[in-house]
Amino acid sequence: MTLKIMEIEQLEHIASQVRRDILRMVTAVNSGHPGGSLGCTDLFVALYFDVMRLKRGADGHPIFDMDGKDEDLFFLSNGHISPVFYSVLARAGYFPVSELATFRKIDSRLQGHPTTAEHLPGIRIASGSLGQGLSVAAGAAFAKKLNKDDKHVYVLMGDGEQQEGQIWEAAQFAPNKKLGNLTAIIDYNLAQIDGTTMGVNDNRDLAAKYRAFGWNVVEMQGNDMADIIKTLKDAKSDPDVPTLILMHTLMGYGVDFMQGNYKWHGTALSTEQLANALGQLPVYAGQEDY
Amino acid sequence: MTKFEYTDKKDTRSGFGAGIYELGKTNPNVVALTADLAGSLKLDNFIKEFPDRFIQCGIAEANMIGVSAGLTIGGHIPFATTFANFATGRVYDQIRQSVAYSKKNVKICASHSGLTLGEDGATHQILEDLGMMKMLPNMTVINTCDYNQTKAATIAIAEYDGPVYLRFGRPVLPVFTPADQKFEIGKAWHMSEGDACSVFVTGNLVWEAVLAGEQLAAEGIEIDLINIHTIKPLDTEAVLASVKKTGCAVSVEEHNILGGLGESIAHTLTQNLPSPQEFVGTKDTFGESGTPDQLLEKYGLKAANIVDAVKRAMARK
Repeated sequence: MTLKIMEIEQLEHIASQVRRDILRMVTAVNSGHPGGSLGCTDLFVALYFDVMRLKRGADGHPIFDMDGKDEDLFFLSNGHISPVFYSVLARAGYFPVSELATFRKIDSRLQGHPTTAEHLPGIRIASGSLGQGLSVAAGAAFAKKLNKDDKHVYVLMGDGEQQEGQIWEAAQFAPNKKLGNLTAIIDYNLAQIDGTTMGVNDNRDLAAKYRAFGWNVVEMQGNDMADIIKTLKDAKSDPDVPTLILMHTLMGYGVDFMQGNYKWHGTALSTEQLANALGQLPVYAGQEDY
Repeated sequence: MTKFEYTDKKDTRSGFGAGIYELGKTNPNVVALTADLAGSLKLDNFIKEFPDRFIQCGIAEANMIGVSAGLTIGGHIPFATTFANFATGRVYDQIRQSVAYSKKNVKICASHSGLTLGEDGATHQILEDLGMMKMLPNMTVINTCDYNQTKAATIAIAEYDGPVYLRFGRPVLPVFTPADQKFEIGKAWHMSEGDACSVFVTGNLVWEAVLAGEQLAAEGIEIDLINIHTIKPLDTEAVLASVKKTGCAVSVEEHNILGGLGESIAHTLTQNLPSPQEFVGTKDTFGESGTPDQLLEKYGLKAANIVDAVKRAMARK
């Protein structure tokens, strides 16, 4: 399947706007996690603006309900990259873009880590304490099977997060329960707070591990929009086998001085750095900052 | 003292098994999960009749809690079952984030609570679970006292929309509550009227409290006996009305006195009606191997201990 060049370009333009949102949100409160957010921006844009079949009203805006029956679902397990999640949900029409200005501030629906407690449309589970999202997504995929709902469930995890034991409980569960309606994606940027994943506690061969657990494993270039869309659409082929996508990304992708540096996992930018970064991320026709 | 009689003795976990089987027939959204303890949790009938709505998770409790949270998103009502220790302490963070904070309609159903699971010893005898669960915002905490009450509670929590911790156990106990009872979450059961001392009791020790009440009545002391099956939300109205009448209280539970029912009662009294209170429970200790009866005796949870506690509380009035 080949996606039209024009569509790819449109998605890339949205991604540029989302990256601007992420950097401005994090800088405004001098806290948050820009590195992974920038690295995963292309995936989020691909999912919410192209791949996922979402319930929409007559005006084209998405309609949110907690059950999510008869629509594709997405879960964010590594909740600390909330800036990209919030920006994409807002840009996709789940809540007003202006609300991005409240990120991490008192009385906000945009908590530091995503939560259902504030009833923010688009969020179906709290995440932040790592390792839990794959289990939740597997439960949601199981529910879809029980409901004879043919839609799909996606979950994003970090690669550092693969050090959590619960992940491997869920990794055993999903293929054994034949959850072919589940696609798990690992942000494979090889970076975590304390350094490289190899240096901190080496994940070794994640592809071989997941294959041994019974998953269909594929790799994808996570900062290449065309490759993301093709891989995600191909991933749903076997109805009984869940797919694990090792998504190669660069932490901080899109900003030259952040790209590939784990120090930007959870560090905010200075005002000067922000100006420099925004200078590298064009605002395209029809777009404007929140 | 009201007379309580029984013709049968059963374990409370079998009441759970009967309740979930009933729910299988009446509520198509109910799903049962277990972590390699289907037999211990008495799920056999449910599994036999509703195999599609049973999820065997294997020995992986953390995943079971997460899967349960995910199932609610599709509109199902998951009953996640295992021993109380593995249902709480082992998976506290999973319950905290994916169930309680996320306010998911998950029912955590725990057998083998307290000392009375017996010979397996302290690794399995959790005495901290009520405390852990009651500290979680959004969590309802229930501890039942016999087969019938457990069955009724199991059915009732399916009707309630929100996270619930339901605690029951392994020992075989007299079946003395009505088979046709309607279980009302958060509503204390006033078992016997008296003005000497309020006795608030939960779970496996309710029958011991009945025995204590009979012994005290023989000495002319009438206790106000109240079964607190719902530890959270606590029926504070019932607690205060009783202590207003009696002037003193005893709390009785198969749980550490730190963090359990007694502490919730004490909090209510301190805030509204400061009164003498004595605590029957384990005293900040782990358990050990032994028969249930030997353990209740050694750790001071028998009717005789309740009698002593009532007398101490009355002396402090």
